[in-house]
Amino acid sequence: MTLLRHRLFWPSAALIVLLLGNLIFTPHFFSIELRNGQLYGSLIDILRLSAPLILVSLGMTLVIATGGIDLSVGSVMAVAGALACSIVVDRPDISGVLLACAAALALALALGLWNGFLVSVVGLQPIIATLILMVAGRGLAQLITEGQIITVNSPPYRFIGAGYLLTFPFAVIIAAVVVALVALITRRTALGLLVESVGGNPRASRLSGIHSRRLIWGVYAFTGVAAGIAGLMATANVSSADGNAVGSLIELNAILAVVIGGTSLAGGRFSIAGTVVGALLIQALDTTIYTTGVPAQTTQLFKAVVVIAICLIQSPVFRRRVFRTVPA
Amino acid sequence: MTAVLAPRRRALAIRKYVPILGTLALLIVMYAIGIANYENFYNTQILLNIFIDNSFLLVVAVGMTFVILTGGIDLSVGSVVALTTMVCATMLNNGWPTPLAMIAVLLMGAALGFAMGCVIHFFEIQPFIVTLAGMFLARGLCYVISTSSISINADFWRTTAQHRIGVGSFTVTPSVLIAALVVIIAAVVLAWTRLGRTVYAIGGNPTSAMLMGLGVGRTRIAVYTISGLCSSIGGLLLSFYMSSGDPLHAIGMELDAIAAVVIGGTLLTGGAGYVVGTVLGITVLGLIQTIITFQGNLSSWWTRIVIGALLFVFVLLQRTVVRRTP
Repeated sequence: MTLLRHRLFWPSAALIVLLLGNLIFTPHFFSIELRNGQLYGSLIDILRLSAPLILVSLGMTLVIATGGIDLSVGSVMAVAGALACSIVVDRPDISGVLLACAAALALALALGLWNGFLVSVVGLQPIIATLILMVAGRGLAQLITEGQIITVNSPPYRFIGAGYLLTFPFAVIIAAVVVALVALITRRTALGLLVESVGGNPRASRLSGIHSRRLIWGVYAFTGVAAGIAGLMATANVSSADGNAVGSLIELNAILAVVIGGTSLAGGRFSIAGTVVGALLIQALDTTIYTTGVPAQTTQLFKAVVVIAICLIQSPVFRRRVFRTVPA
Repeated sequence: MTAVLAPRRRALAIRKYVPILGTLALLIVMYAIGIANYENFYNTQILLNIFIDNSFLLVVAVGMTFVILTGGIDLSVGSVVALTTMVCATMLNNGWPTPLAMIAVLLMGAALGFAMGCVIHFFEIQPFIVTLAGMFLARGLCYVISTSSISINADFWRTTAQHRIGVGSFTVTPSVLIAALVVIIAAVVLAWTRLGRTVYAIGGNPTSAMLMGLGVGRTRIAVYTISGLCSSIGGLLLSFYMSSGDPLHAIGMELDAIAAVVIGGTLLTGGAGYVVGTVLGITVLGLIQTIITFQGNLSSWWTRIVIGALLFVFVLLQRTVVRRTP
């Protein structure tokens, strides 16, 4: 019974059921093989492809925990990827790639700081503040790529998205390191508690001496950087930057991952492990739909059903009416 | 007592119009810049073309105005527009009579909006997330119908798309007249009906509205139904314009609609704004596109950047006009 009540139980169970369901269509779904010191298999693919979503969702988790939302992550991904590719296309060597990554992440940080400034200092509603960059960011990305799809031919850059390090895909390692760092910083120090407190009641937090403004600003800045890294991975994986396509709809998937993971959209409580499971679930869903041969775009239908179901379950009113129980 | 309050009240009344006056000023400045820099820009047909090319967006934005006035948001509009074009195209190709198909898609749009409104009201889930689910649902349904474009060959569509109605020495399409009709009905409903007043009251303060005995739940469901209906009308207009149903139609239209409403001076927190402002907002968006086309050497992506910048300016303007403590 305690296992059933654990907040990670339902998302994890859904993930496992979904993965097991794949066995019907692809009998070798769970086989993982080691070739030339590199791991291959469907599960590894799901892990690798979910790395950008995990990073973006991680930032989104913290933003949502403060009671906000960041709609601009997809655009930030596109801008960062476009800038990196526009540098790498001229300098495909390792130093050029490092320079490109530094420049792209600096720009992503600047965009995150801009969002944070609008929300924490100017005091705009988060949806609106980040909507501005969501709209303008796509234009900015196309401005950088001059409306073209930049294709790069650079093995070091490709490594970020498709390379392997110590038998594991490099993207998975980056995502794992960032997740571990964030988990460590938020849960082993008071930071996570402070973030939840700001989300629970901004005014009370400020009156009790928490620098809520600085904290909110920092959370948006982190989301910008996380989206920037995700943008590097996404463009490196396909060795090209398309200002329109990179990170399209990822804000919605990230919000979905966060909600599946048990983080309340009202703010004040978050679960990093839940978000990771949520992101994996979404990527597994995409992969499953793809392998079963159903048109890939219909995944949106499943996602809609999942969002509605989860929101209804989270809604205290719904639970009171349907289950006649008072939520804990 | 009244002597003390009166100047203040007058100041508030003037403040109420600041955003919409700002939009009007911007529009005049942009138009003047256009006339000063480009030949033939003064031609009134240019202005009418803006409405010909954006009639569907105007109708969608009018629906969005209702929702935003209550302090909500509707992200599903673009998908509902696309779904309307798809369902309509499929019905027509399966031999449904034209009027029946049109009524059916309008009912479908209204029903989708009604369903979302019900979930928002009865289960107290944020409009943002409910309409997000609606967006996924409608877009997913489009792909279930077909993953590729369906062309519409019905006679009514062809004649509507090609028909031009003379206005003086200029011409507009029937779609523009339909959009104008929607705008007029919406303006009348907002200004002079009980529903309109309740919409403003909810946007001002939902709790007070409820304590005043207004039908908050009913009205909240109604605005999402109106938005859904407007989306499907917009979808019909878009299908006239494009002569096809396509699951890729109207991607990102919700952003343009929200941008038009905000630039038109409607407060995102709800409670203040006018349909006329939304018309001005659409005109501003259209003028940006027109100027960029006239300039010739500016690429289309500048549209997005300028819209983003304008959004920023207008949201800041709103912030200074109505300062609310967080």
